[in-house]
This record gives sequence, structure tokens and C-alpha cells, in this order.
Amino acid sequence: MRITRLAAALGALTMAFGVAACGGDDDSGSSGSGATGIVKKAESGKLVIGVKADQPGLGLQTGSTYTGFDVEIGKIIAKGLGLADSGIEWKTTVSANREPYIQQGQVDLVVATYTINDERKKVVNFGGPYFVAGQDLLVPTASTITGPESLAGKKVCSVSGSTPAKRIQTDYKDAKLQQFDSYSKCVTALAGGQVDAVTTDDIILAGYAAQEQYAGKFKVVGKPFSEEPYGIGLKKDDTAGCNKINDILKAAAADGSYKKAWDDTLGKSGKAAPELDATKLTNCS
Amino acid sequence: MDVFSDPLNREVYLTGFLWILKLTLAGGVGALLLGVLLAAMRVSPVPVLRAFGTAWVNIFRNTPLTLIIFFCYFGLFSTLGVAFSDDIDLNNFWLGVTGLAVYTAAFVCEAIRSGINTVPAGQAEAARAIGMTFRQTLTMIILPQAGRAVIAPLGSIIIALCKNATIVGTIGLMESSNAMKQLINENGDAVVPIFLVFAGTFAIVLIPTGYAFGWLANRLAVKR
Repeated sequence: MRITRLAAALGALTMAFGVAACGGDDDSGSSGSGATGIVKKAESGKLVIGVKADQPGLGLQTGSTYTGFDVEIGKIIAKGLGLADSGIEWKTTVSANREPYIQQGQVDLVVATYTINDERKKVVNFGGPYFVAGQDLLVPTASTITGPESLAGKKVCSVSGSTPAKRIQTDYKDAKLQQFDSYSKCVTALAGGQVDAVTTDDIILAGYAAQEQYAGKFKVVGKPFSEEPYGIGLKKDDTAGCNKINDILKAAAADGSYKKAWDDTLGKSGKAAPELDATKLTNCS
Repeated sequence: MDVFSDPLNREVYLTGFLWILKLTLAGGVGALLLGVLLAAMRVSPVPVLRAFGTAWVNIFRNTPLTLIIFFCYFGLFSTLGVAFSDDIDLNNFWLGVTGLAVYTAAFVCEAIRSGINTVPAGQAEAARAIGMTFRQTLTMIILPQAGRAVIAPLGSIIIALCKNATIVGTIGLMESSNAMKQLINENGDAVVPIFLVFAGTFAIVLIPTGYAFGWLANRLAVKR
């Protein structure tokens, strides 16, 4: 009896320490890579980049490959840091885990429709913006909705807890808001007629409008009512890496690789490539 | 903790858990009624009813709840046009309650059926001997004793139901997990505190619930 108890106590202790040890490992690992920054990390020949997996045209995962504008931007940054495409490890991020992933060092960079704002700046550093999106509406081709003002009494769909959903709740109270956990469900509901419009950043909507199965059914209204500068997230203390990213973006705009990234992905919907405004790049502080 | 000192954020948090509470209560009542009915079917002398009860339990106990809730929106509401209310939130709430009740009833049914097995066969035989019908035997002799034997497992089912209620968030109700997502989206600098508050709330509510059911089970147990 005594031996069994002793064994049980030892077992419990080992498990507790095992868990503690795991935690410890993670900590030392992340602080190590934090001190070196992405420039050093790239020299080791490997970079982990977080992208979205469910947004056609921006970051879409099919099988094990990722495609989209965000992905192309990620490749440009990696190339600028002296890395081949094979040295990039892509990782799926969703909106809620972007900050923790960067802080814990699970990813080195996040290029995932990541709007730069003050709260986020407190915990992560932003390079870019490489694109300025705006909240817009996706409606059926025959719809009479012409902008956010004509939403009164209409059912609008967005992703729960997201910034666009919040904006509808606070600024356009007359609209009825349906929320889902993904935009694809919103688009399904729009196709089925349960909602009258889907709202989020125009660039994301353009990706859905261009999807083959919905070709010709939907249109983007084209009256953006917000400004969402997309940045490239990295560790808070990595100022050198952030400056490097901005330099790479400037160079990419000059040598045409930025325009090519657009033309290969979202440009297919017929939208002209945006200009990268070098004066608006973050100061990395 | 300055996230929760903002009254707007506190409201998001409170409405989130209020929805969970309502879902648990409405879903729990529905599941209990449906579960008892199913259990009665599974022990009834009519083969069709028995088969129906068995099919229900096997289908819904083995389907992921996410799929059931998803079906409630895109199947029941979108395709079949079953609508409970014009208000989007209320409609989603009742669709969610339907899904939760249908799913949880399968577990309630099995718990009650195991309770029925704890009632000695002599009880049913005695009831039959004095001329009671099946319905009288079940409602006056068997179920009261069976119910008292399964208070503790029913408690576990209620606790599971309460946590499962967060899945209704997939069809857009701003319950706790969606509320948490929204707060995290707006306050990227306080992800961990927000998470701890939401997880802690569940623990604070559910741990006493577990003990309460344990105490009740002891008090109400049939002493044999």
C-alpha cells in the first residue's frame, strides 16, 4: 500500500515537472529568437510566416500549398532577406491568434490581412502598410443596395467579433447584423438569400466575388467606408527587422515585383494594381 | 484588467454569458423532456417506438454538435424555411436551442435508461400484479426511482451542455466565445487576461454546479 502511494506521488510529480519543463522550453526558445530578430533568423535559412488559409485571393490553402496576395508579399519579404521560397514555412493564422503567435515566436512574420492599429502596436511591430483596404459590401448583382446608407432594415453578414461587424453595430444601427465564424458561411447565406449583404474589407470581398462558383452572381458595391492599412506583423522589439521590411517593400514597388504579385493574384479580377505609398510606411518605433 | 473597466467591454462580456445561461436553461429543459420521452420509448413494449428511440440516440449521440448546429441554420432555416422569429439573434437562439436539445436528449435518454436498470425488477412486477398499465408503472413506479438514481450523471450532462452552448456561436449568436473573440480582436495587447477571465467564469459557475449535483444525488438517492 505504501509503495503504491509513493509510486503514485512520484508519478504525479514527474508529470507536473514534465509540464513545467515544457513551459520552460518554450520560454527560452522564444526569448532566444526575440533577441536575434528576423534578419538573423533568415540567415539560418528558415522563416516561418503566418498567413490566412480561408481567404481567396489573399491567403488560401489548397492541400498543403498557400496562394494569394499576402502569400506573394511574404515571398517578396523572404527573398529580400536572402531566402529562397523553399526556406519559408507557411503557417495558418486566424485573426484571434496573430498577436500570441508573434509574441511566443511561433511565427516570425504575419502577413494575414493584418490591420495596423494602436492596440496592436502596443504588443507587436508593423512593417508596411503594403496595401490599404476599406470596408465595403458584397451584394447580389441585382441588389439595390448602393452603400452603407441604404442598409436600413437589411440583413448584413460578417464574421463574429471582427472589426467590420463591430462597425456595423455602432455606426449603422438600422442594419440587422448576422454573424458567422467564417466569411465562407456568410457568402453561402448570401447565395441562399438569407442575408442581403456581406461586409468586410473590399479586397477580401473581391476575392469571393471572383470565385468560380459565384462568377457573375455577386458584385462589390465599391464605396469603401473605412481605411484598413494592412501591415506585416513581427516582434515588438525587432526594429531593425521592421526597417528592413519597409526597405524591401520600397524596392519591390520600384522593380515591379509588387505589381507582379498583385497581377498574379487579386489582379485577375480585373482590378488595377495599387500604388505602394512609400510616404505612409510605418516608422517602426 | 483595464479591458474590463470599460463599460462597453463589460457589456459584451455580460451579454455573452447571459446567452450561455439562456441556452443552457432552455436547452436543458428541452433535453430533459425529450430525453425522458425517448427513454420511455426505449423501454416501451411497442417495437416501432423502441426502434425510433434507438435510432435517435445512435444518430445524434454520434454526430458532432457543430454539424447539428450548422444543420439547424443551413438545413432547417435556410433550406426548409423553419423560422422562429424575425429578429436575427432570437431566431439563431432558438435554432441553437433546438440543436442543443436534440443532441443532449440522446445523452439524457441513456442516463435515464441506465437509471431504470437500477430499479429492481420486482418493482415493475409488483406494479403489474396490482393491475397498473405500462404508463402508470413507468410514471408512478419506475421513473421516480430511476430519476433519483441518475442525478449525478444528469449533472455532468448539464455541465457539458453549458460548455457545448458556446458552439451556437458558429451560427452567429454573440455568446461567450464570440464575445471573447471580439474583445481579443479589439484588444490585441491583453489576449491572455481576456482568455483567463472567460475561462475562469466558466470554472467559477460550473465547479459549484458539480458539487451541488453531487450533494443532491446523495440526498435524493433511494436507500436500498
